[in-house]
Amino acid sequence: MKLFDRLFRDAPLATRGEITPKLGFLLTVLLAIVWLIPFLWMVVATLRPASDGINAMAELMPSLKPTLDNVRDAWEIGDFPRYTLNTTIICAGILLVQFATITLAGFAFARLAFVGKTLIFYLFLMQLMLVPVLLIVPNLSLVAQLGLYDTLTGVMMPFFASAFGTFLMRQAFEAIPTELEDAALIDGASLFQRIRHIYVPLSVPSFSAFAIISVTSHWNDFLWPLMVINSPDKRPLTVGLSVFTKTAEGTQAWGTIAAGTLMVIAPLLITFLIFQKRFISSFVTSGIK
Amino acid sequence: MSLAEPAALPVATSAAPRLDVLKRLGTRFRASLPAYLLLLPSLVFLALFTYGAMGRVLVDALYQRATPKAPVRFIGLDNVAAVLADPAFSGAVVNNLVYAVGTAVPSIGLALLFALALSRTNAVSSALRTALFLPVLIPMVAASALFMFIFLPNVGLLDYYIGRLLPVLPNWLGDPDIALYAIMVITIWKNAGYYMLFFLAGLQAVPEDVMEAAHLDGAGPYMRLRHIILPELKPTFLFVTVIATLNAVTQVDHVFVMTQGGPSNSTNLVLFYIYQQAVEHYDVGKASAATLLTLAALMGLTALSFRTMANREGGP
Repeated sequence: MKLFDRLFRDAPLATRGEITPKLGFLLTVLLAIVWLIPFLWMVVATLRPASDGINAMAELMPSLKPTLDNVRDAWEIGDFPRYTLNTTIICAGILLVQFATITLAGFAFARLAFVGKTLIFYLFLMQLMLVPVLLIVPNLSLVAQLGLYDTLTGVMMPFFASAFGTFLMRQAFEAIPTELEDAALIDGASLFQRIRHIYVPLSVPSFSAFAIISVTSHWNDFLWPLMVINSPDKRPLTVGLSVFTKTAEGTQAWGTIAAGTLMVIAPLLITFLIFQKRFISSFVTSGIK
Repeated sequence: MSLAEPAALPVATSAAPRLDVLKRLGTRFRASLPAYLLLLPSLVFLALFTYGAMGRVLVDALYQRATPKAPVRFIGLDNVAAVLADPAFSGAVVNNLVYAVGTAVPSIGLALLFALALSRTNAVSSALRTALFLPVLIPMVAASALFMFIFLPNVGLLDYYIGRLLPVLPNWLGDPDIALYAIMVITIWKNAGYYMLFFLAGLQAVPEDVMEAAHLDGAGPYMRLRHIILPELKPTFLFVTVIATLNAVTQVDHVFVMTQGGPSNSTNLVLFYIYQQAVEHYDVGKASAATLLTLAALMGLTALSFRTMANREGGP
């Protein structure tokens, strides 16, 4: 678990021989255990046989006869492969278009002089202040007018432009020495060639940071896809899980709910555990989900 | 080149003929064309889904929707008045204020504690940081599914382990006096680890030699926290407070999954109210009026905090 460490260099806040910091640490250890309990319960309940009865459901000690029945049931009740596919399409679609829009806009802000630059910059800034989540009502009617109600494209479209991504790319591009571009200019490279062969390859870390933030937030989106999507086979994971939970709750099948939840959160959690350092640094540099 | 720096426009001198100025302006615009083309894709989507949406909220708020009996009708601020007079809306606003303060203060406090305790670099601290950060990554809907069982009366995790010690078993999500606090717990659980990251980053700015010197001078942990660490973390506090406030208004998935705003509107939050008006009652006018009021409040708050942040040097 040394991945966090490279990011946060040792910051000994001079605590040798003092009791208060040690108590704070102890409290944090206890709370970290409490923080893990919902995850622990989820895994234990997923593996618990139904024969243990509802009264044993809360038991955090794993069952001695673990079973995969709950996983099988969840797999059969909810269409999780379909939900996963839909979520993947949504996240990938948003990200691909975003990469194009933020690269172009980021480059314009970083390297070009133009009339009205400040004004247009403030127009972008406004997106951060307007909190897009709150604009669900007008955006739903627009999506309907465009004939995109109940389509995955309708879910993706409001996120195709990203002010945050534009600012991130502007920063990355500004850090690239102009000499590189000048050399390409002398060789007769066009604007798009310069962006494609100089700016984009040198900004890969910024692109990957943005990708992590974008995918994480849209993977977890719920309210907007819930409003846009009507057909069961177009549901993303979050909407699918909420419907699945309602169905299983009625039958008190908590083991199945735990299994379904596990299936929904596993992909992102596993990716995080593999690329911890990248995730953490993207979250810190962004500050905006 | 600094971004805030406006492109230098040609200044018309008294000597220069008017036509010449126009011509030069035309040249400037033509020179700006590539930039406009690069910005166009972004601006199209921003125009549709941000500024356009803002404009449509404004217009929709001023009109009454067509009903079987009456056509669309301009009604001025009647929708705003109706929303302000709606006890469900004022209830949602009060709930949201309680929810915002009640989730921001504990999660920021815990985040600071976590960051102070885990700033050291070793395997244990690193594992604990991971444990505390994990909830950030899971969807609110999944968190809600897990906490629904935790709060389940009698057989749920909470009652099974702790509730039995209480004289009366509370119905955590079913009691109007408790439900809002129950859903606040989920938010604190989900967000504390996120805010911890910013404090961990902020702590790196605390100079070690100053801490060491204060320690040698006999300043205890409280003195060092109060006089060295907290002043250093001020920008982080401000930044995290803005995020926590925005989160409190924009995260309502758990309300949707767990309580549907009930029992008796006790967990209704502003965004859920907007959703209800638009999707359940088909009242776009009222939903837009509520959106408008919320946006105005949030934008005012954000502008205020941006100004405060700009006045301090080196925000995060």
